Amino acid sequence: MKYKVNEKGYYGDFGGAYIPEMLYPNVEELRQNYLKIIDDADFQKEFHQLLKDYVGRPSPLYLAKRYSERYGANIFLKREDLNHTGAHKINNTIGQILLAEKLGKKRIIAETGAGQHGVATATVCALRNLECVIYMGEVDIERQAPNVARMKMLGAKVVPASSGSKTLKDATNEAMRDWINNPVDTHYIIGSVVGPHPYPDMVAIFQSIISEETKKQLLEQTGSDQPDYVLACVGGGSNAMGMFYHFMDDENVKLIAVEAAGKGVSSGFSAATTYLGKEGVLHGSRSILMQTPDGQVVEPHSVSAGLDYPGIGPQHAHLFKTGRGQYVSITDEESLDAGLLCTQLEGIIPAIESAHALAYLEKMEFKGGENVVVCLSGRGDKDLDTYIKYFNL
Amino acid sequence: MNRIKQLFQEKKNILSIYYTAGYPNTGDTIQIAEALEKSGADMLEIGFPYSDPVADGPVIQASSKQSLDQGMTLNLLFEQLKDLRKKVTIPVLLMGYVNPVLQFGVEKFCEACAEVGVDGCIVPDLPMVEYEEFYKDCFEKHNLSNVFLITPQTAEERIHKIDGLTNGFIYLLSSSATTGKNLEVGNTTEAYFSRIKNLNLKNPTMIGFGISDKQTFDKACSYANGAIIGTAFVKAIADGNLEESVSNFMKKFKG
Repeated sequence: MKYKVNEKGYYGDFGGAYIPEMLYPNVEELRQNYLKIIDDADFQKEFHQLLKDYVGRPSPLYLAKRYSERYGANIFLKREDLNHTGAHKINNTIGQILLAEKLGKKRIIAETGAGQHGVATATVCALRNLECVIYMGEVDIERQAPNVARMKMLGAKVVPASSGSKTLKDATNEAMRDWINNPVDTHYIIGSVVGPHPYPDMVAIFQSIISEETKKQLLEQTGSDQPDYVLACVGGGSNAMGMFYHFMDDENVKLIAVEAAGKGVSSGFSAATTYLGKEGVLHGSRSILMQTPDGQVVEPHSVSAGLDYPGIGPQHAHLFKTGRGQYVSITDEESLDAGLLCTQLEGIIPAIESAHALAYLEKMEFKGGENVVVCLSGRGDKDLDTYIKYFNL
Repeated sequence: MNRIKQLFQEKKNILSIYYTAGYPNTGDTIQIAEALEKSGADMLEIGFPYSDPVADGPVIQASSKQSLDQGMTLNLLFEQLKDLRKKVTIPVLLMGYVNPVLQFGVEKFCEACAEVGVDGCIVPDLPMVEYEEFYKDCFEKHNLSNVFLITPQTAEERIHKIDGLTNGFIYLLSSSATTGKNLEVGNTTEAYFSRIKNLNLKNPTMIGFGISDKQTFDKACSYANGAIIGTAFVKAIADGNLEESVSNFMKKFKG
């Protein structure tokens, strides 16, 4: 329990609920009810049934042979890319839509960066017949056109966020403003382990299915449920938190979180939050964020829209500060090269987000025979345009 | 005595004006304050801009962005306010988000406020529990009032808690909305205002969000000690001669 949230909503120095009074009743309603609802047997039954029949879980834990030969270690890929809608995001939206129904909400809003969370939200809204509004940065709308089309087909209204850097951070601001203006009937499905308490904990719980399955699968395949390393990419940090969740208290399992260095950590075009950031408050929680000395949030950069965020979730900030997790970064180019390598070695086109985690394998040194799990958080279909341009395909 | 307390003891139908520091031009902060006092404003709320103002609508967002782009910082604002009390006698509050305050340093921020003669603060995203635990002593040591917001959805128990924690006034949001939405005083809003009035709080109340003309101002004053105007004023000073814009705007309320 050392790394879990305390009764005040904090992880060590990080977390809390830094929200204007207009959001207090909504967030408080959630705080008082989320554990009660999630722990309910009927909720669990429905949640797991949908994960199985609709999402297609459990997702395979695949021992990647050619990767393993290349690195001299047993490289396992946790195949979240095989989930319905193509990424881990749906684990959380299934959980939150059921929760929203229990709270009697009629309208769903969400922010999205790469569009994966937007698609996952629009999908569950179609499934449960609820009104859906997705906020997405103008820049992201342009670079993720197929996902915008998917959301529209699913019946969602996609609203462009045109303030600031016009990316994920600004989409989050707009979604929060919508929630302020619609305080009674609306549930805000935050897509990552960010936001005011209880969001980081709630999203982590829904995503923890990733490590729950991984442990069982490892035990079956290797005879031990404890790998040597677990790797995942971090924007806000939801797939990483899901991947780390059930390993956090196993101190001999090394947790490696891979941030987006963009064009390089010192280039001025980066999203490497733990390297460039300082402690502060963003989107309702105290965490680590990229900011000026005056406390203004800095515009991040990453080739991957899902990692293009100037903060990390408060639980990640805690893992970083306590040294429990190792936070590293990978550049745009390194990630794209790793994406191609994965495609050619294993026949899997990864999302550029996930390719950041894969790219770090190149930098690790193995003694031989270690068990390494990489969270392959999403598939690369949505990134084809970027791959095409970079490799002149 | 704190200027805010004194104002509420002496006056009714208080008109408080919000504007963004460093907007429309970086050097306008003090000039606007002087012009507002001259045209009859009773209290000022000077906004220090933030890059991600989630509680604000498009007008105040845009003014914040312009101000930041032109180089406004908390350091510069305190520098501009150095001679505040030589020029302005009415109560002045600073309003802004918590992150710039955290980076400036809470203790240093309170000291700077006291030094230039700021009487209170409104930090919408600073939670009540954090204020009580980490900020209250520092605010009180420097004789600063911390103003909390309440909305139609705020529970009565919480309103009483807020009333106990603050010593300036309570900021009554006319509805749960980002800044700049129009005040539509329907039956539910009136019922809410009456409910608050009947709680007999120890602190005075000011109604804000959506006040844009004499009619809405008078309506607000019938339920509270006064009202706060922000968006409508920020819009009015966007261009043209600053002193004329301020004086023309204020005539609508004081004329």
